[in-house]
Amino acid sequence: MTSLPTNQTNKKLGLVIDLDICVGCHACAVNCKEWNAGGHSAPMTDWNTYSGTETKNGEDSGAWGVWFNRVHTFEVGKGQESKTVYFPRSCLHCDEPACVTVCPTGASYKREEDGIVLVNPDTCIGCKLCSWACPYGAREYDETDGVMKKCTLCIDKIYNENLDEIDRIPACVATCPAGARSFGDLGDPNSDVSRLVEDRGGYDLMPELDYRPVNKYLPPREPQINVLDDGQPLSLVSMADNANQTEPSNNSILKWVDTILSR
Amino acid sequence: MSINPFATVQEKVEKSPKVSDEVKYTTCYMCACRCGIKVHLKNEEIRYIEGNRNHPVNKGVLCAKGSAGIMQHYSPARLTKPLKRIGERGSGEFKEIEWDEALQLATSWLSNIRETDPKKLAFFTGRDQSQGLTGFWASQFGTPNHAAHGGFCSVNMAAAGLYTIGGSFWEFGEPDWEHTKYFIMFGVAEDHDSNPIKMGLGKLKTRGAKFVSVNPIKTGYSAIADQWIGIRPGTDGLLVLSVIHELLKSNQIDLGYLVRYTNAPWLVIQDEGAPDHGLFARDDEGSPLSWNKANDTIAPALATDITPAIVGSYELPDGRNAVPAFQLLAERYMADEYKPENVAPKCGLKADIIKKLAKEIAHVAFQEELKLDVEWTDWTGRKHKSMIGRPVSMHAMRGISAHSNGFHTCRALHILQILLGSIDAPGGFRYKPPFPKPAPPPLKPAGKVDQINPNSPMPGPPLGFPMGPEDLLVDENGDPTRIDKAFSWEAPISAHGVMHMVLNNAWKGDPYEVDTIFMYMANMSWNSSMNIPDTLRMLTDKNNETGEYQIPRIIYSDAFYSEMIPYCDLVLPDTTYLERWDCISLLDRPICDADGVADSIRQPILKPDRDVRPFQDVLIELGSRLKLPAFTNEDGNAKYPGGYPDYIVNHERAPGIGPLAGFRGEGGNSEGKGSPNPRQLEQYVENQCFWRHEFEPTEKYFKHSNKAYLDKAVKLGLISAPNQIILQLYLEPLQKFRLAAEGHGSIQPPDQHRERIKKYFDPLPIYYTPFEEAAIDAKEFPMHALTQRPMAMYHSWGSQNAWLRQIHGFNKLYMSRIKAEKLNIENGDWVFVKSSEGRLKAQIQLMEGVNEDTVWTWNAIGKRRGAWNLSDNAPEATKGFLLNHIISQLLPEKPNGYRYANADPITGQAAWFDLRVSIEKAEPEQAGVVSEPQFDTIKPMSTVKRGNNVLRYGEKVKTKDD
Repeated sequence: MTSLPTNQTNKKLGLVIDLDICVGCHACAVNCKEWNAGGHSAPMTDWNTYSGTETKNGEDSGAWGVWFNRVHTFEVGKGQESKTVYFPRSCLHCDEPACVTVCPTGASYKREEDGIVLVNPDTCIGCKLCSWACPYGAREYDETDGVMKKCTLCIDKIYNENLDEIDRIPACVATCPAGARSFGDLGDPNSDVSRLVEDRGGYDLMPELDYRPVNKYLPPREPQINVLDDGQPLSLVSMADNANQTEPSNNSILKWVDTILSR
Repeated sequence: MSINPFATVQEKVEKSPKVSDEVKYTTCYMCACRCGIKVHLKNEEIRYIEGNRNHPVNKGVLCAKGSAGIMQHYSPARLTKPLKRIGERGSGEFKEIEWDEALQLATSWLSNIRETDPKKLAFFTGRDQSQGLTGFWASQFGTPNHAAHGGFCSVNMAAAGLYTIGGSFWEFGEPDWEHTKYFIMFGVAEDHDSNPIKMGLGKLKTRGAKFVSVNPIKTGYSAIADQWIGIRPGTDGLLVLSVIHELLKSNQIDLGYLVRYTNAPWLVIQDEGAPDHGLFARDDEGSPLSWNKANDTIAPALATDITPAIVGSYELPDGRNAVPAFQLLAERYMADEYKPENVAPKCGLKADIIKKLAKEIAHVAFQEELKLDVEWTDWTGRKHKSMIGRPVSMHAMRGISAHSNGFHTCRALHILQILLGSIDAPGGFRYKPPFPKPAPPPLKPAGKVDQINPNSPMPGPPLGFPMGPEDLLVDENGDPTRIDKAFSWEAPISAHGVMHMVLNNAWKGDPYEVDTIFMYMANMSWNSSMNIPDTLRMLTDKNNETGEYQIPRIIYSDAFYSEMIPYCDLVLPDTTYLERWDCISLLDRPICDADGVADSIRQPILKPDRDVRPFQDVLIELGSRLKLPAFTNEDGNAKYPGGYPDYIVNHERAPGIGPLAGFRGEGGNSEGKGSPNPRQLEQYVENQCFWRHEFEPTEKYFKHSNKAYLDKAVKLGLISAPNQIILQLYLEPLQKFRLAAEGHGSIQPPDQHRERIKKYFDPLPIYYTPFEEAAIDAKEFPMHALTQRPMAMYHSWGSQNAWLRQIHGFNKLYMSRIKAEKLNIENGDWVFVKSSEGRLKAQIQLMEGVNEDTVWTWNAIGKRRGAWNLSDNAPEATKGFLLNHIISQLLPEKPNGYRYANADPITGQAAWFDLRVSIEKAEPEQAGVVSEPQFDTIKPMSTVKRGNNVLRYGEKVKTKDD
């Protein structure tokens, strides 16, 4: 079994994902796949890519492959009042990652300098214990390579000196069109991401399990149901009626007869 | 010694690997959004594609499609060599030929047509964006039969917008994302503009503005709306007109805006039965008139020193009466038929929802008025200290336009915005240049009988904006001169052509037979046609007497082995978007934003590893082989021997105006206009493949009436004169068509079309029940059926991308759980979906957030077996399906036997959202895992091996690192 680092620093790099503005476009998932296909865990193997070689129960269910980030759709509530939520799911880089402590070889580990949870493919024996231990389903087994793969927080991008500093952020964050993803040090209470979590009531996924995930999700905001609450009747027309009780014609086009307008 | 397990941890991370050997900038083409991309190349492979941070469209972001460009580029469905059909159509039996043979063959077919009757060539392009070139080529060839796919895409959006405000939604305008406080989106799933909408919504919600989505389906953008209005499909027009009713009744409109910027005060002649009834009263010079309340006289409506009346009845100099256009508008929409209580049941909504919407709109527009402290000068030269904004904005697309009442609905939306004073006001809808243009742009379609002559170019472009019957493309009997019947009495304002009727009409020989159909990037035997079974019959049908195909020849260019390829006689294989020069031009569909004018290019990132050529190069070469004047020098040699890049740099449409507006003139220092610059493309490449000119703050709003903007637009060549662009509440050209239908004037519609023109050519928006709904028995077909474009696939369905097909591998039919319970249908059940046209079988997925009377599915995920070099067993084919199979191209027969296109009567827009269906559970003995209908398997490409099914993309990049 693998120990967690004893000299863990306060730095906790992670993601903040805003469920209020995620439109479920899958940009984060595909851009992640693209960067990481040639990155630390390369390749991100795909199987049955163009169909015809693999069937399950006699059916070809298309291609599948290694993805570090997947977007799920949920509906909460019933009927017209239901809410559709898109939920991007990836490794949460937990403070107490069970996936690490169950690892029999030290292949899965948590970095002491930034808290990123990584896999060393050379020592991974593909036993899959980590994927059983992870309650978030964040681990991805590459059956061709026989090793476990997972989100690296783009460790080969965020520290990459060959890139401009502004580009040293995870692919999913850089690419998100809606701006629903942020990256930073969640161990620093004054960082932008920590403040965002504070302001928006960011929360842990399944906190009761005590894995203390670093990544945070921002809940959908309360809908802006009313832009005004002026106590007036609902109808504009009745408002107009009330305002002009002495002028019975206010509801007809005659009200504009005397309007003076200049071009 | 005890083992410290942590000691076994060995960090093995290369934190700073070399990312790329080379970075090249270009423009994405995974959909129509045209984002700037940065392509990293390593070990001669594409390592990574990311958004270009400096690009005006996407500012660094990139969607799922764009991020999957690698898999498109390396798709095993890529064509590899020109193909000549040797088996029967549909058999997929081809012979590979050399380019020279292919070009000679095409030239021989086409030159024969051009020498005899050029209209026998129908040249149509699909989701292409080089219409600046293709339209020009068609016009040079001399055929009127050209258009792109706008007719089945969203021409209602374009036409209604351009005729009303001289601009449009689509990608030609945008909400003022920075300032709007209340944003209403109508009928938009993934659509134009793909990334800017996502970026804008994120920003807007983060600012705390309210976002309302009117859409039968709560997915995607609608899912994050503060308020979702799950309207019944095809009734948005009623909703909008009811909001207008509420605003008019309560006087919550911007009257000052109306008299300054619109035709609200123009006098409309009231003389029922007269040939000019309903037209604007005009002076001898043809200028419109108003009633000046300052001195109670008739005055030129365009004068700036008048106090125009907006209601009342006034005597014209000839003794007849006229009323301001606004009076007609107010009379109509203040009527009780538009009361929320009367409208709501038809929309499937509660009346209070409409009332509240109106109240909130009015509140934000007028109580939360926005003031930008920016001085500006209006078109008269008057200076204003600030810009007053009405921070209510709207956007609409497919869900409005793909109905047979879409033109009027879209007009209603623009009129609502005009009444609020929010068009190009801060916080409202903003034009993207080159818009606004005069409403409509002063461009008439060429293709009248006397404009089509052997060996001669047409005198103008094949598409334009008719202003009345005199601009129609019809012969002396009133019959169409175009194969698609665009600009005829059946679709007078079909500004984008009617591509979806080309195969049907060519097969039928109605209005005439053509010799060759030449198409580019249009999957017309599959997801770009309605009623595919019939379409396939038309493509393969032979004339009993001659034994020849009813549609004699089909030439086609595309990069991939689509469902269309087996039906073509000559296939000219195109490159991928990463292997070509291209320009995203102001002459076609530019990439401007409201704050600046911009265009861009594509440059070849990689050399093709197959014997393929960029279509635009091929078209230019055909142009010179055919000796088309604009593509040939006087000595008979090719004018653009360097192909498309040569053309992009050196072609001038008008003096100083070419395909690209940036880096023109000597040294590349001119913008907009300037002589050709031989270094232009190099300078684009140096500037990350785009050019942009940012407007001054004083030019950024009220562009239709802003002197500084209008002057700048003339200087840049966007418009020809700096005149005010008047917004058209009342649309006079429609009345001109109606008057003709009533018997006035010398150009008369054939009798069979009169009633239709009279009814639908109303100069003020009307609502009518969509045609299919009106024609069918609502009890027999109680449900609406829609398609939505999936964000991770829209316009990228070509090739069935290895990564994207893992997100959308097959499609189900989505249905309201509440409705399903009533029908005893459960999740995963297979059902028959029946329309008046046909039947299909699909699998049900239940959901909550959908209008109860609506079922829907994802567009274009279903594939035909064997196409795209996928395995026969691919779920796209076995479980996927297209709704297209059961959508009719034609409406039911009229009493005289005639069948109109299933389309908007004004624009010809295909009404594929009008579909009505019944849903019936497939009983167990009928149930299966195979969707219906199924078609014969397309013969796999003989020359290309299927892709490796275990794909280890990136391995090569990585291995070489180590």
